[in-house]
This record gives sequence, C-alpha cells and structure tokens, in this order.
Amino acid sequence: MRFMVIVKSTPESEKAGALPDPQLMAEMGKFNEELIKAGIVLAMDGLQPSSKGARVKFSGKSRTVVDGPFTEAKELVAGFWIWQVKSLEEAIEWVKRCPNPHNVDSEIEIRQVFEMEDFAPILSEEEIKYKVAKRAELPNQATAR
Amino acid sequence: MSATNSHLATHRTVEAVWRIESGRVIAGLTRLTRDVGLAEDLAQEALVAALEQWPQSGVPDNPAAWLTATAKRRAIDLFRRKAVAERKHDELARELEALEQTPPDLDSPLDNTIGDDLLRLVFIACHPILPTESRAALTLRLLGGLTTDEIARAFLTPEPTIAQRIVRAKRTLADKRIPFEVPRGPELAARLSSALAVIYLIFNEGYSATAGDDLMRPGLCGDALRLGRILAELTPTEPEVHGLVALMEIQASRTRTRVNSAGEPVLLFDQNRAQWDQLLIHRGLTAIERAHTINAARGPYLLQAEIAACHARARTPSETDWPRIVKLYSELAQLTPSPVIELNRAVAVSMAHGPDAGLTLVDALASEPSLARYHLLPSVRADLLYKLGRHAEARTEFERAAALTRNTRERNLLLTRAASCEKSR
Repeated sequence: MRFMVIVKSTPESEKAGALPDPQLMAEMGKFNEELIKAGIVLAMDGLQPSSKGARVKFSGKSRTVVDGPFTEAKELVAGFWIWQVKSLEEAIEWVKRCPNPHNVDSEIEIRQVFEMEDFAPILSEEEIKYKVAKRAELPNQATAR
Repeated sequence: MSATNSHLATHRTVEAVWRIESGRVIAGLTRLTRDVGLAEDLAQEALVAALEQWPQSGVPDNPAAWLTATAKRRAIDLFRRKAVAERKHDELARELEALEQTPPDLDSPLDNTIGDDLLRLVFIACHPILPTESRAALTLRLLGGLTTDEIARAFLTPEPTIAQRIVRAKRTLADKRIPFEVPRGPELAARLSSALAVIYLIFNEGYSATAGDDLMRPGLCGDALRLGRILAELTPTEPEVHGLVALMEIQASRTRTRVNSAGEPVLLFDQNRAQWDQLLIHRGLTAIERAHTINAARGPYLLQAEIAACHARARTPSETDWPRIVKLYSELAQLTPSPVIELNRAVAVSMAHGPDAGLTLVDALASEPSLARYHLLPSVRADLLYKLGRHAEARTEFERAAALTRNTRERNLLLTRAASCEKSR
C-alpha cells in the first residue's frame, strides 16, 4: 500500500524567505535517514511558500487564476512523503516517530494512494479459477518481461 | 470505540510495530545470545506479551525498547534455569553480566551497532549452508516480519512445511555454530551474492503471481524491494546491491501492464508504456547512477538493470537503444555465460544489426542441449527467418515452438504465425 504523508504548513513556514530552524532540520534529517534505512520511502519533497504558487478555480467553462499567498496556512501543504507500507497503522507508527516539523503545534496528514488493485473489477469465482490456471502457463522469466 | 474494536485496533498497531521493529529486535537479541533461533523465539514471546498487555497499558513510547527489554528478561530467566540445571554458575554469572550491561539505547537513531547487527542477521539468514528455499523463508521471517502463515500463502506451500523449514534452518545454524558476523575479504563477495540471490528469488516468486492469486504473492515484490533497499543502506558501497534494487524497481514498474484483464501475460513490446510506473523507473535509474558512482566493474545484477533501463527509457518500442543493449548483453555473457543470455543477445543483435546477424548467432545455439526443449529458441529463429523472407523454414520453426510451449495463448499465437507463412509463402 502506498500513502502520501503530508506535512501541513504554519503561518511561520509560509513567510517568504523563511528558513527552517537548523535544529529542526537536523532532527528531520535523521528521521528521513531512518525512513530510508527502513526501505519504505518512495519519494519526498518540500514545497516552497504559497506566495510562489497559484491556484486555478474551475466553474463550468470558466477558469480563474488566483496568485498566492493563500491565507489558511494550516490547510496548506508544506511537504510530503510517499511511503510503501503494509497498513495505515504502520504509516501512523512511523509518523509518531517523526520530530515536530515546525516550532509550533502542527499537523501531519496521512492519505492512502489509489493503486490499480483498487480499480480492479470484482472477479467471479470462474474468472478467479481461470486466472489461477493461467498462472501455471506463465512463460520463463528469461524473456524480457 | 467498543472494547473489541479497541482490542483489534491495538492488535493492528502491534502488527505494525512488529513489521517496523522485529528485524532490529531479533538482530540485537542474536548478538546477546549468539543463537539466532533462540533470539527469534524470545522476540516472539515478547510479541505475545505485547499483544496481551498493550491493549490495557497502551502502546509504549518506545515499542522496540519494550520488546527488547521483555525478551532480555526472558533470556535471563532461561539462562538462570539452564545454568542451575547444569550447575554452570560461573558461566551464568558471566552471561547475565553481559546481558545486563548492554546499553538500552535503542532510542538513539543512528545506532551503528543496530545497523551492524542487522547486516549480520542478513548474512546468517542467507547462509549458503541452508537450502535456498529455507534461506528465503528464514529471511522473510527474521527480516521481513512475515508470519509463517503469510510465508506459506506467498509461496503456495503448506504452512507446516514452511514451519519445518524454518525450524531445521535454525537448528543447522546452531549445530554448525555459524558465527554472527559480517564476512570479510574474499568471502564477502560470495556471501553477498548469496544474499542478493535470496532477495531476487523472493521478488521473482512475487513477479510470477497473477490476479486471482492470494494477495500475499504479489506482495512479495514489495517485501523483496524493501529488503533490497534496506540492504543497500547497510552496504552502500556495494554496486551489485544497488544493481539488484534497480533491477527490481524497474521490473516492478511494469506490474500493471504485464498481465492483461484476462490474466494472460503480455509481452514487453505489447505493453502499454503509459502505464509503467514512472516513480519506480525513476528510482531504478537513480539506483543505477548510485552504483556508477562507486568505482568498480559492473556485475550481473547491474548489467541486467541497465538492460531493463534501456527498455524503461524508450517511450515506444521503436525508440529502444538496441546497440546499447547488445553491448550490455555481451558484457553479461562474459560474466555469466549461459545459452539463454546468448539467445537474448542474438535477439538484441537482430534488432540492432538486422535479422541476418541475429540468425547467425541463433544458429550457433542449435545444438545447445539445455535449449533443446526451450520454445523460445525455435520461436526466435522462426521470427528471424520470417523477416528474411524464408517463409517455408519459418513455418516449420513456428510449429516446433508451438509444440514446445505450455502456454495456450502463446501456442495459438505461434500457430497463427505459422499459418500466415503458408499464405504468403
């Protein structure tokens, strides 16, 4: 299962030119190292303040561009990871070990990523039997597949 | 939430903690007890205790430390009883002292001891003295955090068989007094190779799974990838480890497209490349780059990864860098010569330099005994003959290939191609 783990912003992190506290950065760096050593990180990135971004609003056929900054800091995304773990509980346990990404009260949100299996149709008993039988006929791995 | 729900929720949390911590807990205990079988048993007892106590007491702040401390207490009890029974009081005093004096610093994140212990655990679980399937089961147990039942479902093997394999493996390691250490010097390469082979075996077991299978099976690809990535961080200066990780990331990137909705395999060149997982491809290419930064010759896993990368980089089959693939196969053939690799090289040569050049190489394999019943040899030969306009010969080869394959869809495809030769002569 894949999860996107979202670090929410704070008014401080939204300030233009705001650089994170070196102590915080060091602790977060160690945590990221632990995640990588655990083999579960697929991706991670930090986002610049919303003053450098924009929004596009959709209404019928109209498109309206709104420049940042946006006001509701704690609803904005400051950074994210994508993790590969076996359950939501596993993601939660890892997040509990994360140092506070900010100097004030903050929030990390965990969301499950859609994967192809979620879109797979419900198979009938016969279809499942057919697929299991097909497995026995899978050709040699040596062919580039 | 109700008492039952709360219990279930804690249970799932304990399972999650186990997946995160069990490898390191077992590794640490193995260092203390010098017996990986005992270490695992003690860790399991601690897990049982957690399942019993945490629903009431709550999940501790440092679950790994709790598990290790609980296991150590059991170890001390065990040694006391054993020493009293065998009247080995001095030995007991020494062992207890050693146990009690180990630092309880599972809090410190960059604990080098834990990293070293984990690496030692990898090497002992993958020891060549154990049969291959035992190494796989033991690795998934000790380092993957899988239960015996999960391993059994993943390998389509009865649970008691897996349980026995693990028991026997632990006994062998104890009887042969296999040391808990990281191999040195010339031994390291061979032992590392053994560990990589185990991880790749687990991956391939998962890769061969199809829809309709128990979900534990395709899950094995994820387990193998995780183990590979963990090993890459434990041995960052080993290019073959990065090579294996790269190979697995890129192969895993094709999971969605390898099998069609009817559950039948889809050839690489027929796969919908828009559905290849670009995130995994990117990770694979990054792992290859990482291997390149280490100044060493390219090994077989890295070469296979580079071949897979050539396909991954091509947005359409026609954009494939065949001359590069030819070079890579030639290098691979020198390292690990095999008729199958030679056949793959012949295909690459035919794509880069034309069917005639490829046919010359394929003909050289005609009398190769290990390929006598391999349907891809006549299949490839037929395709090249067809491209050269030698349709009568192509038809014969297609029919030969069709007779050799067990795959109904492939047989039908080959027979169709044989029939098409008849028409155009």
